This record gives sequence, structure tokens and C-alpha cells, in this order.
Amino acid sequence: MRAATPTLIRLLVIAAAAAVVALLPFLLSGYHTGLGARVAVYVIAILGLNILTGYTGQISIGHGAFMAIGGYTTAIMSHDHDTNLIATLPLSLAVTFGCGILVGIPALRFSGVYLALATFALAVSVPQLPLKFSKFTGGSDGIRTSHDVSHLWLYGVSWTCVAVSFLLAWLLLRGRIGRAFRAVRDSPVAAASSGVALPIYKILAFGVSAAFAGVAGSLFVLVTNGFAQPNEFGVLLSLQILIGAAVAGLGSLWGVLVGGLFLGRLPTVSADVPLIGSSHGQDVVFGLIVILIMLLLPNGFVGLLARLSRVRARA
Amino acid sequence: MVELARRFGITEKRKSRVSTGVSLPVLLSLAAAAAFLVIGSVVSSIFAQQTVAGLAQGAIFGSLALALVLIYRATEVINFAQGEMAMATTYVAYQLNLWGLSYWLAFFLTLVIAFVIGVVVQLAVIRPVQHKSVLAVVIITVGLFILIDGIVIWKWGADLKFMPAPFGNTVYHLGSVAFSRQDIGVLFVSILSVILLWLLFQFTKLGLAMRAAALRPASASLVGVRVNWMLAIGWGLAAVLGAVAGLMTEPTVFLQPTMMQAILLYSFAAAVLGGLESPTGAVVGGLALGVFLNLIGQYVGFATSELRLPIAFAVLLVVLLVKPNGLFGRKQVRRV
Repeated sequence: MRAATPTLIRLLVIAAAAAVVALLPFLLSGYHTGLGARVAVYVIAILGLNILTGYTGQISIGHGAFMAIGGYTTAIMSHDHDTNLIATLPLSLAVTFGCGILVGIPALRFSGVYLALATFALAVSVPQLPLKFSKFTGGSDGIRTSHDVSHLWLYGVSWTCVAVSFLLAWLLLRGRIGRAFRAVRDSPVAAASSGVALPIYKILAFGVSAAFAGVAGSLFVLVTNGFAQPNEFGVLLSLQILIGAAVAGLGSLWGVLVGGLFLGRLPTVSADVPLIGSSHGQDVVFGLIVILIMLLLPNGFVGLLARLSRVRARA
Repeated sequence: MVELARRFGITEKRKSRVSTGVSLPVLLSLAAAAAFLVIGSVVSSIFAQQTVAGLAQGAIFGSLALALVLIYRATEVINFAQGEMAMATTYVAYQLNLWGLSYWLAFFLTLVIAFVIGVVVQLAVIRPVQHKSVLAVVIITVGLFILIDGIVIWKWGADLKFMPAPFGNTVYHLGSVAFSRQDIGVLFVSILSVILLWLLFQFTKLGLAMRAAALRPASASLVGVRVNWMLAIGWGLAAVLGAVAGLMTEPTVFLQPTMMQAILLYSFAAAVLGGLESPTGAVVGGLALGVFLNLIGQYVGFATSELRLPIAFAVLLVVLLVKPNGLFGRKQVRRV
């Protein structure tokens, strides 16, 4: 009986969260619905990064690059071939999964900071490529999808993607693969000696993580009025995803929602802070809040939850 | 400096075989590259000009890379805010100059201010989380990046600002080769600051204590080194190096909030190229990268300016694939 209760509570929480997400657009203006879709984009990207960093312990600062690849896949398919926008999502999933595998193979040779900086190299380099090969990508002006979408459509599609991503991540991480991922993170040597093929799982994690980021990138293009532009996918995007993952906390799926909400909402909230009274005050506020959160919660939102449950257990 | 510390006996007790850092193939290929540059410069005057300009640029990469290495050795994190701290201190120099101080007076006063800023940053936001989570420290430096950017734009605006040229616009002629005095000056100041720092680390008690604090914090504190202060001073010195890099960058790209962002990326590449743990490696990596980028920009038509960053990082990836710990890095030996 007592073992069943947490599961029931969990299901109720999921149902409640899903209901809130589904009902929210009826309460919000079109603009805010668009912001809601943006939150969904960040949630998916952070989920992808969390699978890689939180579950297998490989740090990446390059997820903006995978988002760029996914985003450009959607934009180019829609612009040049008039593909249905939803049909481009699985396509960009497949493309970025492949790219993730390709990056994962050399990444086997790196660990720790070197891996972080090698992926950072990707984050820096990939957004430069559309400028060089502007024939396909429209150069610095970017490339636009051939269909316009409404805020509501965007909201529905992106949160459906969030639900599907969570389901996929949960299915992937609950069983054999998830155990192998965690074993790779906690002790590579112990994992290898109990028969876990380290390279396979490390590469797989890279592929899966990149695929999530790719879908997030496709949606990101749709959120930014259908434009794929090199500037939008710059280094800052990769850093933002990393900030979101850190605020969320690593190694848990739930914190990801908080991380997405944080990234999606904070810039607009901090722009409203009257304290500084300038259009650039928002950077000051945003930077301060990021620093404060990390000082107060070094392990992110998940760390806070863990601390709370410890307090409750003691009481 | 790792080697030096070993000579001083700090790591004497652990005679486990860790390779010495520089390997013969690396030294040979560096010597070959140097010979190639010298011969090329004798043969072609454009080549010589590009080499000197590349060295000047590379010296800036090198000093910022050295700042990154200093912090990495002490704190084990990459400071993403290093470039923005450098940019902000350059604005301080600009303000001092505006208030009527001469360029070089403002220069040295700025170095002092940069030191204080570095120490304060370490004490205020890095120390509290230093031993809790590496990711948290990294994110805090990213937060600092955004914060400093915001403050500078808020205070000074985002438009281009100009400072007086520190070295004038004279051009020297040596045969058919023209060297700008500015390139030579930048090279001189950057290298001088690196050498001064090296002297500080090698020949002063403070330097010894700082090396001890970075290498073996626990043992150092047992023999009376105030480890926390040493780490803070390390951040201060890194900020000073950054300020030098910023001030030396200003004559070419002028004062703007984004001036150090690309340079920070090249410095990352230079630091990793050299091995992240190795100060010598950072400087050599910076110089090599500066020269390489300039020459390839001059002679390879495909390598247009958009591809400068990707090329730098492609070189980095290739080097890392061959030597995963960088050119001057030690092999990591881990106990199972």
C-alpha cells in the first residue's frame, strides 16, 4: 500500500501539470502564448543536455550547435522543398542524432574540461558556417520557413513535443540503458568491468542528447517568426542552455521544467525591473539573478528539492 | 611552472612517473615551425610583415590564455568572464584617460584597479561555491559575463569609443619590410607582462606560496600558506593580465563592449592548445595561433574572415585528438 502512494501522487502531479499547460493558452494573450512556446523549446533543449551531462557525466557547452543544425534543417526543408513543418521535426531529429553520433565518436577521447571546451568549439564554429555557405542558408539574413504559424499552433505543437520528449526520455532512462548511463557517470571502470560497453553508451548518449537539442532548434526557428539566423544560434544560446541545466539541477527530469521556465521568462521579467531604468538593465538583472541562484543553490532546483525532502524526512 | 614547482620540492615526495610535460616530438615540431617562419620572413617581405602582426596578435591571445591558465590551475574552472573583465577594465582606463590622466598613468592605475576587481570577484562570488560544485562556479562566471556586459553598456553605452594611440602610428622600415610600431609595442608589453609574472612566481616567496596553494592546497595550508588568500591573489593577477590584453587590443579594434569576445575564444583555443595546466603552453599556444591565423588568412583564399574562428577550433580539435592533454600538458595518470 505505502509503496503505491508515491506513484499515485506522481501520476496526479503529472496530470495536474499537463492540465495547467493545456489550459494556460486560454488565459493568456497571444504574445504570452508565444512566450509559453519558447519555454517549451528551452525545456526540450535542457532535457537533451541533462541526458548527456546529468546521466552520463559528459559536459557539453555545444548544444546551441545542434540546435542550429536542427533549426536550419527545418528552415531549409520548408523554404526549399515546401515540406510540412511538423514533418520536418522527425527529420531534424534524425539529422541531429546522426551529428551527435559523429561528434560523440571523437568526444570519447576527451573528458572533463577538455570535452567542455571541445564542444564549446562547436558552439562557436557552427553558427559561422551559414555565413560561409550562404548559398544554401541565406547568409547573415538567414532563411525563412515558407509557412506562417499562429501562436496557439506553436504552443500546442511545442508542448506536445515536450510531452513526447519526456516520455521518450523516461522510457530510455528507466531501464537497462539508463542504468548503463548512470554507471558510466559514477564509475567508468566499474561499469566497464561489469560488461557495459563504455564507448557505445557514451556515443549513444551524445546522439540522443543532440537529437533532443535538434528538435528544440527546429521549434526555436518557428518561435523566432520562422527565421533561422546565425546570430540567434550564437555562443550565447549554448551558454543559456547550460545555465538552464544548472538552474534545473543535473540528473533529474523534473528540474528541467523549472530550468526552461527560468530561461524563457527571466529575460522578460528582468526587463521590467525599474531599478536601472535602461533597456540594457535587463542584462544586469539577469546576470545578478544567475549568480545569486548559483550561490544559494549550487546544485540547482533539484538540490533544493533534495534538501527539502531531507528536512521533511527528519521531521 | 609545474616543472619549477617540482624542482622546488613541492611534489618531491610523489615520485610516481608523471611525464614531464614537453615531449621531444612537440619541441621538434615547434622548432621546425620557428625555422619555417624565419626562413619565410627572410624570403618574402609580406610573409615577414604578416608574421610580426601575427605575433603581436598572438601575444594578446597568449596573455589572456595565461590568465585563464592561472585561474584553471588554482580553481579548476574555466573563467568565462575573463574577457569581459578585461573589457571592463579597459573602459576604466578610458574613463581615467577622460578625466585627464596621461595614457601610461591610466594604464598602470588600471592594472591596480583590475587586481582589486579580480580579488573582490573571487572573494565575493567564487569562494562560497568553490568546493561545492564545479558546474556552479562555471555558471557563476557565465553570469558574471552577462552582468559585466550589462553594466558596461549601461554605464558607457554600446557605441565605439576611442583612446589615444599608446605607441603612435609610426612605421619602421627594415629593407623592404614595414613594421608598425604599434605591433612591436603590443608584442613588447604583452611579453613583458608575462615575463614579470613568471619572475613573480619563480623568485618571490609569494609566488612560491601561490604555486603551493594551487598544487597541493591541503599540504600548503599545513605549512602555513593562507590558501584562500593565495587563490584570491591568483584571480587578481589573472585580472591584471586580462587588463593588459584588453588595453593592447584596444588600438586595433577600439573600445566596444564586444571587443574581447572573439579574443576570449581564441585564448581558450590557445590555452587548450598549450595544455590548460601549462603557463608556457598558453603563451606558446597563443603566439602559434596568432601567426598561423594571420598566415593562413594571407595565403589561403578559402579561409575568409568568417572561417577564422572555425579554423582556429579545427586546429585545436586536431591537436587534441593527437594529444588529448594539449601540447605541453602532462599525461593524466589515474589510480583505479
